[in-house]
Amino acid sequence: MNTDQAAPLKESWWARLTQSKYFIYILISPLFLVLLAYVIYPFYQTFIQSVVGSEGAGIGNYKRFFSLESTANLEALWTSIYISVISVITCAIVGVTMAFLIERYEFPGRKILSILVLVPMALPPLVGVLSFTFLYGESGIIPRALQALFHLDSVPFSLKGITGVIVVHTFTMYTYFYLTASAAIKGLDPSLEEAATSLGSGRIRIWVKVILPMLTPAMVASALLVFMIAMASYTAPLMFGVERTMTMQIYLSRTNGNLDMAATQSTILSIVSIAFLIMMRWYQGRRNFQNQSKGISVHRTELRTPFMKYLSMLLSFIGVIILMLPILVLVLISFSVDGEWTIQIIPSAYTFDHYIALFTDERTWRPIWNSLQMSFVATIGNILFGVAAAYAMIRTRFKGKALLDILIMIPWALPGTVVAVNLIAAFSEPSVFSFNQVLIGTFWILPLAYFVRHLPLIFRSTSAALMQMDQSVEEAARSLGANWWYTFRRVVVPMAFSGILAGTLLAMVQGLGEFVASILIYSTSTMPLSVAIFQKMYAFQFGTACAYGVLQILLIIFVLFISQKLTNGKAGAVI
Amino acid sequence: MKSVRLDHVSKMFGTAKGVEHVAIDVKPGEFFTFLGPSGCGKTTTLRMIAGFYYPTKGKIFFDNRDVTTLQPNKRNIGMVFQNYALFPHMTVFENIAFGLEVRKLSKSVIKEKVERAQKLVYLDKYGTRKINELSGGQQQRVALARALVIEPDILLLDEPLSNLDAKLREETRLEIKRLQVELGVTTIYVTHDQTEAMTMSDRIMVMKEGVVQQIGTPQEIYNRPANHFVASFIGESNMLEGEVMEISGSTVKVKVDSDLQVEGVLDTAINKIKVEVGKSVKLSIRPEAIFEGQGPNQLHGTIQLVEFTGVSINYLVQVGSATLKVMIINKGNQILKRGDSISLYVPEKGVYFINE
Ligand SMILES: Nc1ncnc2c1ncn2[C@@H]1O[C@H](COP(=O)(O)OP(=O)(O)OP(=O)(O)O)[C@@H](O)[C@H]1O
Ligand SMILES: [Mg+2]
Repeated sequence: MNTDQAAPLKESWWARLTQSKYFIYILISPLFLVLLAYVIYPFYQTFIQSVVGSEGAGIGNYKRFFSLESTANLEALWTSIYISVISVITCAIVGVTMAFLIERYEFPGRKILSILVLVPMALPPLVGVLSFTFLYGESGIIPRALQALFHLDSVPFSLKGITGVIVVHTFTMYTYFYLTASAAIKGLDPSLEEAATSLGSGRIRIWVKVILPMLTPAMVASALLVFMIAMASYTAPLMFGVERTMTMQIYLSRTNGNLDMAATQSTILSIVSIAFLIMMRWYQGRRNFQNQSKGISVHRTELRTPFMKYLSMLLSFIGVIILMLPILVLVLISFSVDGEWTIQIIPSAYTFDHYIALFTDERTWRPIWNSLQMSFVATIGNILFGVAAAYAMIRTRFKGKALLDILIMIPWALPGTVVAVNLIAAFSEPSVFSFNQVLIGTFWILPLAYFVRHLPLIFRSTSAALMQMDQSVEEAARSLGANWWYTFRRVVVPMAFSGILAGTLLAMVQGLGEFVASILIYSTSTMPLSVAIFQKMYAFQFGTACAYGVLQILLIIFVLFISQKLTNGKAGAVI
Repeated sequence: MKSVRLDHVSKMFGTAKGVEHVAIDVKPGEFFTFLGPSGCGKTTTLRMIAGFYYPTKGKIFFDNRDVTTLQPNKRNIGMVFQNYALFPHMTVFENIAFGLEVRKLSKSVIKEKVERAQKLVYLDKYGTRKINELSGGQQQRVALARALVIEPDILLLDEPLSNLDAKLREETRLEIKRLQVELGVTTIYVTHDQTEAMTMSDRIMVMKEGVVQQIGTPQEIYNRPANHFVASFIGESNMLEGEVMEISGSTVKVKVDSDLQVEGVLDTAINKIKVEVGKSVKLSIRPEAIFEGQGPNQLHGTIQLVEFTGVSINYLVQVGSATLKVMIINKGNQILKRGDSISLYVPEKGVYFINE
């Protein structure tokens, strides 16, 4: 037994401080400081720029934005909303249909389809759009193949403009609907349906009266999410040349040097995004579609008539092709010799050089190395902040929790374009938060952007892990004599490890693929991977661009696989 | 082994009351139990002793040392949690060794102590098992070993048996008591199960809504409950209220109604209660203090309900306006039926006057 404990307890100022109920505020102040410095302050600077401007203070910029004389901005706002609404509808149709087919019906090819259905998640936005232009663009493989096959004068169809954007959105974002809908369908108690049938309801009636109402919460949540992401979409409009969207307008205003207007547009887009974020949080707080009865696995309906069987086989075959094509085409082109592919349907000459060059040629290796470094730095920051914030959020009590939660989620809701504009507004000049340095044009600005954009990832995965961990385990460690720090190291971190690691890997790959903010603020000395892909694309070095893309996809698949293993298939919760 | 003293300790959660004015003095080596219904503040009091809550008012002493605001990790306590709170990422050995590692003992000493602790709880062959590969009872024993291996000054247990099934609960109860007696460690035990409290404890504190009702040995609590609540919470009891008719010496005669009059002995030395002729008074009669046949406090009633448990025959008997629970030990007596009339008597010692 410890005899040294016989000494009387000293009521030192330190002891009194640490036992004060205000001590927690000292502990969490760094979290708020980080958010203040890198989320609020940049946002505020942008807002100030939009109202102060170069020609005197006032709301002139906002008047100009909403003026009916030059309607470019209003048109952009309208187009963005239009694209987003249509995207929500198409994603909902595709996602929910897929979820129902896969969860409720047994047909040949179901297994493979149920795995491949998540492929779009493995496509970084830029790479996805890239493969779509290769496949379905004006000189894309499919239109040209059809033209050759049917001896047409011109290509029968091609993706461009707003249609192109919506198709790409549908392909990349239906997974949000798919994931929530299939979770909800798994949670649906089949006996409810059976009960309805036994009461004499017909199929359609069951759908309208029983199934759809139960799916509504999941649908509303996904719809809000897809709308938000579609509003923020930048890559698709850029590649399909749709200039009248909010994100493109911001980009154009900046490149034209109209900084005040860029700030105004950013502020307006931020307000829309944050409004949606708050709506989503509010809705998530109310929704509740958990399974009430346990242990019932959904039984799948088998298709009986041979005709239906063949039809379903054909359809799932087409589905698999559509899902795989984007990746296959990237792989194909990554082996093509640059500059040789002009009017042929598919590239004519192949080589392995691009892959060798990736790792041996200093110029092609450079962007990979830059991205690795910058993403690594950002991820370290995300781990420190995310784990601390999650711990504070889950394990301590203080006033202002809801505020902290919203502040952490805001960067996730803000379009990358806006994050970039905010950072430019804040750190083009020295400030306290940048230790009196100008960050724009240095190495540090991109890691900072990645840090801000991916702030919620580790926070959320760690919170989820901590929430499952019983607090009494920590108390047990304390009662055994471990101090707070020892407990944190030996008990909390190991127990939350899978959550922390899943978030970390995700933040790392997202950093490696980040394009939207990067394109606005990179400097040539630290050009990241995604910007390099973009430039190679415009220099017609398709092979190299696609080799970069394949590399990214491999990384993402690897990470998704690992986090699936770590979280026992609950990786969806992280996104 | 240390004593634990709570000096009028209160805990408020904001404006909500946790516990009020708890004053106890647990002797070194004593097995002391907090007993009470859910939400009465047992855990709150225990957590203040452990250091997870600080009292709003009052002080806590281990021996003569004021530990009121000492951090939990500096108190040298062993604590067993209701859900065991084992470290799921560690093996049985690592779990038990945790507290010793914190104390920076050498590897060989740790190994020796952990192995001895494992033997103590019959888990010597399970050192390399992961926690999720153990049964509930085994996990419970790991938690116990982990708390005991650090040779705590005080052992705190918060409903350690509530997650076990009935059979295992009994076994583990005996196990805990055996270890406590062998090691002689001062133990504070929290439960809402009166059987556990009665069988294990040296002394029991009965609580209700954050207020201490009675502190005493199991016999005192059972035979001389301080009030209505204690009498009805511990064991079964017939609670009656009537008018005092006559006081002669220490014998008090009470009329519950015209068919039910009882006489009891009031020992004012242990039972501080005022009785006056013509005033009303409350009394408690345990079902097993009522006998079939002829004797003092003779009663006659009609049987309403019969229950045969094996050990005993339980009757619900209507006597005047009151319904009495009666327990007759089964010695092969004839079992009466509903509607039969029955003669009962209550020895004077079986009548106990109580406070409000
Ligand atoms: N952290 C807390 N914040 C607010 N109120 C609390 C807190 N902990 C306990 N209480 C309240 O204090 C009272 C006593 O709670 P306590 O947990 O001590 O009860 P208990 O006797 O251990 O009950 P049980 O047998 O259910 O565990 C309850 O009314 C409870 O609601
Ligand atoms: Mg409790």
